Amino acid sequence: MISGRERLLNYAVLTVFAVLAMVPLLGVVTSALTPAAQSSPSFTWPKSLDWGNFATAWNEGHFAAYLRSSVLVAVVVVLMTGVLAILAGFSFAHFTYPGRQLLFYVTLVGLMVPPEAFVIPLYFNLRGAGLTDSYWALILPQTAQSLAFGVFWMRNFFRSVPVSILEAARLDGASDWRILWRILVPVGRPALLTMAMLVFMWTWNEFLLPLVMITDENKRTAPLGLAFFQSEHTTQYSLLAAASIIVALPVVALYVFLQRHFIAGMLSGAVKG
Amino acid sequence: MAVTAPRPTARNRRADAPSGRPARRRGRIQWKGYLYALPALAVLTAFLLVPLGQLVQISLYHWDGVSASTWAGLANYTEIARNPQLRAGFLHSFVLILFFAVFPIVLALLLAAVTTRASRLRGVSFFRALIFLPQVVAMVVTATAWTAIYAPDGILNTALRTIGLKAVTRPWLGDFSTALPAVGLIGTWLEIGLCLVLFTAGIGQIPAELYEAARIDGAGVVREFFAVTLPGLRGQITVALTLTVIAALRTFDLVYVATHGGPGNATSLPAFEVYNRAFGTGQVGSACAIAVVLTVLILIVTILITKLQPKEDGT
Repeated sequence: MISGRERLLNYAVLTVFAVLAMVPLLGVVTSALTPAAQSSPSFTWPKSLDWGNFATAWNEGHFAAYLRSSVLVAVVVVLMTGVLAILAGFSFAHFTYPGRQLLFYVTLVGLMVPPEAFVIPLYFNLRGAGLTDSYWALILPQTAQSLAFGVFWMRNFFRSVPVSILEAARLDGASDWRILWRILVPVGRPALLTMAMLVFMWTWNEFLLPLVMITDENKRTAPLGLAFFQSEHTTQYSLLAAASIIVALPVVALYVFLQRHFIAGMLSGAVKG
Repeated sequence: MAVTAPRPTARNRRADAPSGRPARRRGRIQWKGYLYALPALAVLTAFLLVPLGQLVQISLYHWDGVSASTWAGLANYTEIARNPQLRAGFLHSFVLILFFAVFPIVLALLLAAVTTRASRLRGVSFFRALIFLPQVVAMVVTATAWTAIYAPDGILNTALRTIGLKAVTRPWLGDFSTALPAVGLIGTWLEIGLCLVLFTAGIGQIPAELYEAARIDGAGVVREFFAVTLPGLRGQITVALTLTVIAALRTFDLVYVATHGGPGNATSLPAFEVYNRAFGTGQVGSACAIAVVLTVLILIVTILITKLQPKEDGT
């Protein structure tokens, strides 16, 4: 039984930390709604709600183009990672061949290697191939990086599926390909959803790779666009706050609906940051 | 890594076992397995593993990224030890580990100690969602928000002025003595939610009988913490340490947006130096050497921390 005093203490601690986590973010929201004339970095309580900052930021900052880039890159990375991780995860979980364990550990290397490590040679390689300043320069490396987690994640899921189901399907004469797409993938929808959410978030929030690879203003991703917007409007806090919300909102909205998936996935061994 | 997943019990280990066995008994090599793994391995190799190898290679040359490179041997590495600015960068990283890993974990453990039953309260998932939120917001957004908080007339200074501490106010990110701790505090704010969520979930998995037994034995809050909570959370502490220490060592976006390594080089970090040298000052070889050292450091830390992890079949 939980005593009344203990319950009160627990709620108090949780409330204090929820408030601490939220204050800087709520500050951004109120700041974004503050009329530009009243704009200040201090905690402002807007005299009147002003949605104009969003329009100004949207137009001056070309955020329509940035969001389009981000959505395009993130969706393609999620799809490619999904398909390739399903195939490789299936292979590592249910096939027997020499070197299987070694190859699996090799994919795990990607979990521990920071992008700072491979971005320099990657830049020169892609420049040599004429791919810098294209979406491929963002999609391919980020797919590679997400695959380290994706393969690990899908393999663990496929291993948790009872072997009897697979054996039964084999006895019915189903091919491996059919078993994978008709039985395993539908059963694994929750695991796939978690992976898709995490990969979407990592890709959306990635900063270093676009910073290095992209010079064309129209191909900037949202966080990169925000960084440039910030350096051009350092003291226009209301405008910056509005732009920040535009950049953060898609992932935060997903998080609101699927927070269980996010939290479970991020705590279950996602060493990637 | 798989710490938070339920430990394999004797029962489901037995259920797992047949997965490899029939094939092995037949001694058949399923060549198709290579085909399924091939696309993922190809992408991984081309865009991650090969560049990683090239990184080591380039680090052994003097190269400005444009003209021909000249052999440098280990010169780029010895420079890291000799150059005070680079040494400072790595030193700053260790300071950040204090703020990103040590403070949040100790604080979250203390909080977990007084909220041992929080995971059973009503509405806990709502609090958990709020406390965890900073983890999903883009670092660029976090940095922008905190730049406003630390600004000369920002929230922090305004608050200090209202409580009569005008003498303490300063441009926190522009002051040589406070810039690094100020960046560090952003990390504490960022990571404490992660630790708290991890630890409350972990405490929820500790059998309630252990707490009851401790109470019957007359253990106080402190004894209970060291006898039950702390040992029960070893797995979660390992995960928290790994995630937060790596986050500290990798910090780049935050410093790029909030301080650009300044003032002077008060907040320069290895990851920032890697970027700056490779794409700013044309010292590509040196940048690669720093990246190699940083990567090795991360690998060592990860391995060391996982050594602390309780064994799968442990007590």
